[in-house]
Amino acid sequence: MARVSRKNGNKNKLKGRCSVPLVGLGDQQLLYEEEEVSIDRVEEDIISSEEDEVEHERKRQKLLEGISTLGGKRKRAQGERSEAAVHMSEFSVNTDGGPGKVKLSDLIGSLEKSPAVPAKSRQQLKNLQRIKKTINSPLSKEETERIQRDMAFQKAASEVSRWDSIITQNQRAEQLLFPLSQEPAGPRPVERLVAGWNVQTPLEQEIFALLSANKQPFTDPILTPAEEASVRAMSLEEAKIRRAELQKARALQSYYEAKARRDRKIKSKKYHKVQIKAKRKEFLKHFEQMAKTDPAAALQELNKMELARMQERMSLKHQNSSKWAKSKAIMAKYDEEARKAMQQQLEMNRQLTQKLVTPLNDDYEQEEGDAGETDLLLDFVNDAVDGRDASNPWMKGKLTEEPTQKQLNDMTTEAAQVVSTVAAEEEELEAEETEEEALLREFDSNRRLHQAQESDIAGGVFLEEMTEDRAAAEDSEASDCLSEFTITSRGREKSFKDTEVFNCADFTDGSAQLDERLVRIRTVEDLELLHHDSSAEPRHPPTAKDPPSEEKHMGKSKKKKGIELKEVLTKETNVIKVPLTPTVTDSDDAESKLDQRELIKEAFAGDDVISSFLKDKRRQEDEGKPKVIDLTLPGWGEWGGMGLKPPKRKRKRFRVKSAPPPPRKDQHLPSVIISEKRNTSLSLHQVHSLPFPFEDHGQFESCIRSPLGRTWNTEETVKKWCHQTPEFGSPSWGPSLVPWLRRNC
Amino acid sequence: MASPGEADVNVSHVEKKKKPPARYWQEPQDRERGGNKDGGRPEQQEKQQTHKAKKRKRDEQSRDGKKVISGKSDPFLGPAPVPKDKLQKFKRQDKIQKPRRPHYRLKDIITRSEAASEMAQKQAARFDLLLPEDAGFLEGDEDEDTCMISQEDIADAVDITSGAKYFNLKLSQFGPYRLDYSRTGRHLLLGGRRGHVACVDWQSKQLMCEINVMESINDVKWLHTEHMYAVAQKKWLYIYDSNGIELHCIRTFNDILRMQFLPYHFLLATASATGFLQYLDVSVGKEVAAISTKTGRLDVMCQNPHNAVVHLGHPNGTVTLWSPNQKEALVKMLCHQGGVRSVAVDKTGTYMITSGMDKKMKVFDVRAFKPLRSYFLPAGASCLSLSQRGLLSAATGDIVQVYRDVWSTPVTKPYMAHRVRGLVWGLHFCPFEDVLGVGHGEGFTSMLVPGAGEPNFDGLDANPYRSAKQRQEWEVKALLEKIQPELITLDPTELAQVDRTTFEQRHRDRVEALGFDPLAKEKFVPKFKKKGRSSAGGVERRKKQVAHEDQRVSSYFQGSRQRRPLR
Repeated sequence: MARVSRKNGNKNKLKGRCSVPLVGLGDQQLLYEEEEVSIDRVEEDIISSEEDEVEHERKRQKLLEGISTLGGKRKRAQGERSEAAVHMSEFSVNTDGGPGKVKLSDLIGSLEKSPAVPAKSRQQLKNLQRIKKTINSPLSKEETERIQRDMAFQKAASEVSRWDSIITQNQRAEQLLFPLSQEPAGPRPVERLVAGWNVQTPLEQEIFALLSANKQPFTDPILTPAEEASVRAMSLEEAKIRRAELQKARALQSYYEAKARRDRKIKSKKYHKVQIKAKRKEFLKHFEQMAKTDPAAALQELNKMELARMQERMSLKHQNSSKWAKSKAIMAKYDEEARKAMQQQLEMNRQLTQKLVTPLNDDYEQEEGDAGETDLLLDFVNDAVDGRDASNPWMKGKLTEEPTQKQLNDMTTEAAQVVSTVAAEEEELEAEETEEEALLREFDSNRRLHQAQESDIAGGVFLEEMTEDRAAAEDSEASDCLSEFTITSRGREKSFKDTEVFNCADFTDGSAQLDERLVRIRTVEDLELLHHDSSAEPRHPPTAKDPPSEEKHMGKSKKKKGIELKEVLTKETNVIKVPLTPTVTDSDDAESKLDQRELIKEAFAGDDVISSFLKDKRRQEDEGKPKVIDLTLPGWGEWGGMGLKPPKRKRKRFRVKSAPPPPRKDQHLPSVIISEKRNTSLSLHQVHSLPFPFEDHGQFESCIRSPLGRTWNTEETVKKWCHQTPEFGSPSWGPSLVPWLRRNC
Repeated sequence: MASPGEADVNVSHVEKKKKPPARYWQEPQDRERGGNKDGGRPEQQEKQQTHKAKKRKRDEQSRDGKKVISGKSDPFLGPAPVPKDKLQKFKRQDKIQKPRRPHYRLKDIITRSEAASEMAQKQAARFDLLLPEDAGFLEGDEDEDTCMISQEDIADAVDITSGAKYFNLKLSQFGPYRLDYSRTGRHLLLGGRRGHVACVDWQSKQLMCEINVMESINDVKWLHTEHMYAVAQKKWLYIYDSNGIELHCIRTFNDILRMQFLPYHFLLATASATGFLQYLDVSVGKEVAAISTKTGRLDVMCQNPHNAVVHLGHPNGTVTLWSPNQKEALVKMLCHQGGVRSVAVDKTGTYMITSGMDKKMKVFDVRAFKPLRSYFLPAGASCLSLSQRGLLSAATGDIVQVYRDVWSTPVTKPYMAHRVRGLVWGLHFCPFEDVLGVGHGEGFTSMLVPGAGEPNFDGLDANPYRSAKQRQEWEVKALLEKIQPELITLDPTELAQVDRTTFEQRHRDRVEALGFDPLAKEKFVPKFKKKGRSSAGGVERRKKQVAHEDQRVSSYFQGSRQRRPLR
């Protein structure tokens, strides 16, 4: 073995050098044997004819080579050219003796001489030679990807930017009603634009009468309604995409069919057996897995398998493959009864498996075929396109659903498809058979029966597989469904949880806000308290000193203020002459007394009324004024004892004057006191903060200045400006919204 | 076509415009027309035709594409113009300028609201045309005073239904009467001092109920419908229905002298002898506010129909304005040197008329609180009442005088005068009728005062001809649209203003919380520039530029704010 392995190594080297295909070890040994034999032959053939000299030479060479290779070390024999010979061996050429690297000029040199090369290519080659520039190395992967991304982004951006105008329009719109109107933006026929066009001439009238009589469209429609519908349903691009998808689907299907046909044509029983076994193994694996993950489903599967087995058994297809039948077959050689029993069984089988009457059979076949087709074909693939059909998927504009369905089918129920295709093939075969039947009715029934049996046997195996696979497929589908359901339910749960969490967050937020508010309010109160304190505290010390200052203040104000007694109630009066003089003047006794008293009061206290009012007004004004806070500490930083007056400088310095209040509303009205108190009850209903786009109080106030209700406006105005609450219908825009945008670009 | 000579004159290098291509269906008609009117004046006709054709052509050009069928062109193109004075009448406020900065959203909002208010204004002005009824006035002959025309003469002169509106009710037994008309003007409520209460459908003279409450009565008032009325009796406030059944006795309202009903707020405002001003919400039966005015006996009261503020007159010559939301008077005006005897406010809330012990009658602009006119009445006026059209009635003793235009032009003599039997105790103009009701010591007199009532009524607000069903519906709607008492303010448009003090307070809080002012402008710090361009002078100059720009902008905004009317 060691020798062999060495040889093997040698062989490898040899393989590296010359391109003799060497397949296996056995072959090599053969080669060596051959060599030995050839040596013998050489010895024998020396004397043979000279015509074979060339051949001999070659063989010799080969032999020598072979021998040299045996020598372990790799040694190349230098090709010797001692004598001029007619035949040169191409094997003896090597590059070792050459001048070095081959250059382009070396290769091109011969071009110059050979006239066969066209001038153009010659020129090109020359140019090539002249240009010394090295070609730029290709961009790195990252860079190319970046460029591609950029391009993709630009494309997408341009595509998306088509919506910009609509987006801004919608953003600026006062109100949006959903579903948004889907007026196609494409070119519209003139007839639709010109609304006020009517029939004028008698000829036109005639024409229109004719048209209306024949129910023809009045306007000249660019497209028929059906076409319009189709256009509305799908754009060109989309249609192209769809067609491509369909083409692909058809191609895939044809590939699949072809493959199935090829598979079917394979006659090797062993191949089929292997196939079946592999499938079975796979199924078992799957089943085991399922038993681990989903025992209930596995049990169901098991039941199904059992059922299938029972059905198979009951169909009596295995006429002589059962254990009993096999034993009987062995016994039949020697046992009469066994032979009988076997024949009986065969007879029974024949009876049972015989095909029934043709019409029924045909029906059955057709059914089967239909079923197969429905399984096989993805309903829309081979549909003829009918433009007028409303139920046509082309018209529906549904694009994304079916392919995904198909993919899903492909993914999940491949096995089922296999089976179905096989069934379809079977069906085809049977159809052929029926044809044959039709042609060759005189052929003996026995043979036909036999054929049928065979096919049945073959089909039986398939059936088993089919049932299993189908079951598996069904199960997988079911599980898929289940998983989907669980996913959705989980999603719901998740969303529910989310909402819960959100709510919780809201609550917490709310509570936080509440807390904040409380805190704020507290702080505000605190602030107020503080204000009170600060205003209350410093008040105490100056009380002692207030009277003089107040007096002074009063004096000043008296000087300053323009409201004098003279100014109040100084409107000149018009005397009215009443033609009738009242005869009865407040005749009631008690009241007359009161009136008299009043009259007296009036006579003497007219000035009193005014002065008291002015006093009242002044008091109110003073109340509204902020108090001057005196912070001087008498005796602080001074030498002295009781009764010391702080110097003027200090008094000035430590007197805190707050900013004067805004001017009173009744500043210029001598006989009016307007309360400066804030109306807090109204402020609850007022707007506190400026809404977003407004920059100024005035802008906002002017915007809400005119009421919009029915009480203040005419009906027309109300209708125009008070929009109804929009009704949100189901959004019917989805894929159909996109096409009308795409169409016009 | 025109004569050849003319054509020669008019030859020009520009080709005449082509005639519209002749149509086969047009020819026969033309021919027919030509055939028919061949006998007439062909030349003129042709001229006219060409003229017409030209005109039509122009029209066609002007209204691109719109085909004129036939006939003359519309001489009144576009919508009918709205007179400016009417537009002014329905004007709400001045426009505001749009911001100069490109703030499209704000601009959109402003333009939209401007368009809305403009349309509302225009429509209102346009539909004002649909109120064609006008108030007429009494016009005397030459050297005849209208005030000398007696009621009997007027009643004889006018139609029989109007004449029937002058009548006297002789009710001498239960002493001087106060009265009140319902808002629609159909129903009259009489309250005699000595306990007699009667409600009458005065136009049909149908007595609805008549009771004697066996107590002295200070005032009577209709509530929101003619099915309920309030009577201020000696001690408490009572509410009766139109059948005279006592519905409520409200003990929290005692010693009431005067009452006012605020129809849109469903509030009954009462002034008591103890100096309390109380508000009763009649829709829910709750006392809204009780304000101690601290000004003694309150026997002069009226309401401002514009803003639902209650005016009270006091013996010290002041008139105070009150809302239920404030414990002190909104405004205190010194109107008379003596005590105030009566107050009245006109429908628009512009003028207040007072009469006092000093025998003067004064007109105030109640929006600006400024005196407008002052009149001296020889005997003074004890009662005042203003009609919907602005006629003023004043009672001096047993004489009722009616004045026109008291506020715009100084009046020297009354528009009408009438002597009633006894001392006048209550005066009231009837809404939507040219009728003045006078309650006096000897009963009730219904006077005819031409031009007193508003001729155009709002059927959805106060419909004198409404049926029972309509009344019910109105009641429901009115209750739904009830204005809350918190919204009573001096300026009814205040609600539409931003609450600035709260805004500032909130802003301060926000600044405190954030630690910076989010609305504050960044102080401009000039950028440092090289090559000597950041010299002190240059920096100063740049600062000044920016400051100037800021000032310009802010002054623009302030100006826009000031341009609004101050009130």
